[in-house]
Amino acid sequence: MKNDNFLELDFTDRLMDFQIDRREFIKIFGGGIFIFMTIGDLPIWVQERPGRPSRPPLPSDFNAFLRIGEDGRVACFTGKIEMGQGVVTSLAQMLADELDIALESVDMVMGDTDLCSWDMGTFGSMSTRFFGPPLRSAAAEGRQVLLELAAEQLKRPVDQLLTENGVVYDKVDKKKSVTYAQLAQGKKMARRASFSVKTKTPDQFKIMGKSVLRMDAYDKVTGQVKYAADIQLPGMLYARILRPPAHDARRNSVDLSEVREMEGVQIVEEGELIAVLHQYPDVAEKALSRIKASYDSPKSELNEDTIFDHLLKVAPAGDVVSEKGDLKKGKKESAIIFEKTYLDGYKAHAPIEPHAAVVHVEGEKATVWPSSQTPFRARDEVAEALGIPTENVHVISPFIGGGFGGKTRNLQVVEAARLSKLTGKPVQVDWSREEEFFYDSFRPAAVVKINSGTDKDGHIIFWDYHVYFAGERGSQHFYSIPNSSTIAHGSGWRGDPGTHPFATGAWRAPANNTNTFARESQMDIMASEAGMDPLEFRLQNLSDEKMRRVLQAAAEKFNWKPAKAPSGRGYGIACGIDAGTYVATMAEVGVDTNTGKVTVKRVVCAQDMGLAINPQGAAIQMEGCITMGLGYALTEDLRFRGGQILDLNFGTYEIPRFSWVPRIETVILDAKNENPQGGGEPAIITMGAVIANAVFDAVGTRVMQLPLTAERVKNEMG
Amino acid sequence: MKELITFTLNGKPVELNLDSDRILLWILRTDLQLTGTKYGCGESYCGACTILVDGEAERSCQLMLKDVQNRSVVTIEGLARNGKLHPLQKAFMENDALQCGYCTPGMIMNATALLKKNPNPTEKQIINGMEENLCRCGAHKRIIEAIRVAAAEMGGF
Repeated sequence: MKNDNFLELDFTDRLMDFQIDRREFIKIFGGGIFIFMTIGDLPIWVQERPGRPSRPPLPSDFNAFLRIGEDGRVACFTGKIEMGQGVVTSLAQMLADELDIALESVDMVMGDTDLCSWDMGTFGSMSTRFFGPPLRSAAAEGRQVLLELAAEQLKRPVDQLLTENGVVYDKVDKKKSVTYAQLAQGKKMARRASFSVKTKTPDQFKIMGKSVLRMDAYDKVTGQVKYAADIQLPGMLYARILRPPAHDARRNSVDLSEVREMEGVQIVEEGELIAVLHQYPDVAEKALSRIKASYDSPKSELNEDTIFDHLLKVAPAGDVVSEKGDLKKGKKESAIIFEKTYLDGYKAHAPIEPHAAVVHVEGEKATVWPSSQTPFRARDEVAEALGIPTENVHVISPFIGGGFGGKTRNLQVVEAARLSKLTGKPVQVDWSREEEFFYDSFRPAAVVKINSGTDKDGHIIFWDYHVYFAGERGSQHFYSIPNSSTIAHGSGWRGDPGTHPFATGAWRAPANNTNTFARESQMDIMASEAGMDPLEFRLQNLSDEKMRRVLQAAAEKFNWKPAKAPSGRGYGIACGIDAGTYVATMAEVGVDTNTGKVTVKRVVCAQDMGLAINPQGAAIQMEGCITMGLGYALTEDLRFRGGQILDLNFGTYEIPRFSWVPRIETVILDAKNENPQGGGEPAIITMGAVIANAVFDAVGTRVMQLPLTAERVKNEMG
Repeated sequence: MKELITFTLNGKPVELNLDSDRILLWILRTDLQLTGTKYGCGESYCGACTILVDGEAERSCQLMLKDVQNRSVVTIEGLARNGKLHPLQKAFMENDALQCGYCTPGMIMNATALLKKNPNPTEKQIINGMEENLCRCGAHKRIIEAIRVAAAEMGGF
C-alpha cells in the first residue's frame, strides 16, 4: 500500500465549511475509512440569473462523504433530505452495490448541518441525478481502498481478490478472507475521491436497477417516524401567532387583556410579532382565539379572474431563451396561423404535513428541527435572526411530510427561533392548515401566448412563444421548427413587487406544468386543423430520436390508433422534457356533457430517465406525479381577493382523492448505460395538456385555461 | 373543567384528570406522547388524525377528551401486536403504499375500520371507504392495492 494515497486526518484547511476541528470530527464520527467527494452541486437551477442575489459561497473542497465504520457499516453523509421521494433508498442502493455490501448495512445521515457539509437544498429532481454518479464513484473508490488494505493483510495482490457482502476474499482460496469491519478497525484514514476508479457496468449490478423496499417504510407504517412537529423537548412551548386577514392588511389595534388572564399562557410581543405560547398546543390555540385585533385592508381589484390582465400589464420585456431562423419569414411562408393565449391560475403546494419547526436557543447556540427542503438555508436564516454565527446553529432534519417545492422558505423556522430566544425555552411553531395556505409560496399564475404557423401539409414553419411569469423551465420546444423564438417575461420564481399579491415559488416541476400545457395544447390545435392524428403530427415535426422513442413507447402501451381529433373517443396525448427526463403521456377521459365534469379513466406514461436506480421507486414517483397532476389539471385554482386568500382548507381547495385515480400504467425505457436523470417531477408536466387534449378529443371543446373545472368545461361547451 | 376521564388506550387502561373539553388529537400527541397520529387540517377534511374508537374510524381532531370516556381507543402505535405488524401495516410496506408517510397512520387506521366492517371489500368499496382520506404524494393506487392484499391475507376475519 502506498501511504501517500492516504492522508492523515488533518482538516485544518479542508473543513472550512464544517467549522469543527479534527479532534471534534473524530469524536463525532469515530474511526474508520472516510471517502470525501465533491459533487457538482453548483447553482445550476434554471431560474438562477445574473443580477439575482447569489447563493452562499460553495465549499470547493468536498460536500459529501462516506464512512466505512469499524463495525463494517457504511454511512453516507449528505445535506439532502427525504420528503417522500425515496432518495434515502435510491442513494443507499447505489452505495451498497458499488461497495458490495448488503443494503441493510447502509446508514443514511441526511440534512444534519453539523454532520453533513453544505447543500443548497432538495429540489429540482437533482438528488439522484447529480448525486448519483459521484456517489457511485466514491463508493467504488471505497471498495478499492478496502481491497488495497486486504491485499496487505492477506498478502495477495489486489487482482486476486474479490469482494462480496462486506467481505474481501482470496479468489483462489475463499477460506482466506477479511471483513470490511476488520479492515476498518483502528483506522483513521481519509481519501479524497479521485473519480479514477471504474464503477460497475449494468451487467454487474446486484442492487441498482432492482426494486427494493423503502428503507423508511417500517418506521412510517408504525407511526415511529419523526416529523418536525413530533419533536418534543422538556419544557417546550407551542406557539400560536397572530396573523393578519390578508397579506396587505395593516394592524390597527390589538387587545390581549383576555389572554393575560389565562393560566400558563405566555405572551410575546416584539414588533409585528405577537404570539401566545403554552405547554399544550390546543391551549395556545384557545388563547389565540381570545386576542382581539382589528386591521385595515386596502381594496384590490385582483382576483383569480382579473390576475391575468394584471400580469400582462406589469410584465417586463422578455429575455430570450432561444432563437432560430427568421420569424417574419416563417410567418410569411405559413399557410395557417394560430394565435392563442393560455392561462394558468395559482396552485397551493398543500402537503399534508403543514410547516413546523422546533428551535431550542441556549445562550449563543441554537438547535433546530425544521420541516424544510433547505436545512442549510434554515441554518443561515436562524443565525441571522438571532445574531449568532452560523456555526452555532445546528439543524437536524427530521423526515419531511411532503414538500413539492413549498418547504424552501423557512418562515416558520425563523419564527420558532425568535420565540425560543424571547421565551428562553424550546419552542415549536406548527402551522395550522389555514396558515399553511396563507403563507404558501404558490405556483404563480401565468400567461402563455403562442403564435405559430404550419404549411398546408402540417409542417410547423414558425413558433413565436412568450411566457409571462411561469418561468422558463420547459419553455423551449423540442420540435423541428425552422423559425422559432422563445421569450420568458418575468421570473416564475418570484415576481417583482406589484406582480403577485402574495408569495410565489417553485411547485413540483416549476414552470414546466404551465409551459407544457400551452405548448402541447397548441400542437393539438395545429394537428386538428391540419386534419392529422395528434401523434402523427408530432412525429412529423420531431427529429429528436429520444422523444420519438418515448412517444412510440407510450403509444404502444396505450394501443393508440390514429384518428383526427375530435374523434369522440376522449384520447389525449402530450409530451415534454423535465430535469433531463423525457416523458410522453396518453390519457382517456370521459366528459359529462350535462355538467362538464371530466373523469380521467386511464393514463399511460412512458419515461426515459436514464438509469433507473430503483425502478419500482421511479414508477411510484411517476404514479405520484400523475395522481397529483390530476389536481392542477381538474380542480386546483386558488381563489383570492387581493392579499386575502379565500381557500384556506381542503373543504374548498380540492386535491385529488381515491375516486379520481385512473388506471395508471407506467413504462420506463431501458437506458441502463445512461446516467440517472430526474424522477420526482417529470411525469407531472404533461397532465394539464394531456387532459385538455383528451377533453377536446371527447367533445370538441378546447379549454385554454387550467384547471378544467366542470364549470369551465361546461361554459366552453356552450 | 378538570374531570377524571378513563378509557382504554391501545389495550391499556388510562386515567386522565384534565380539562375534558380539550381536543383528543392534542392530548394523544402531547400529554400521551403518541405522535403517530397527525394533525393535517383540524377540520376533519384530511383524515391524517384518524384513530379507532370502539373499532370505528374517528377523526381525533373533532373529538374532545370526554367523548372517549369508558371507550376503547386505538392509535397507529397500538396496531402491531407483540411486535408483529398488523396485516395492513405489512401490506402498506410491501406494496410501497406510502411516500412521505405523513398520511399513512390515518390511512392505515381508516382501512382497519373499513376491513373490520367489510372483510371482503370490492375495489369500489375500498375507494369509497378511503375517499375522505387525503394523500398529496399520490400513493392512492398502491394504497388501494395494499388494502386489497391485506384483506386477502386476513382471510375475511
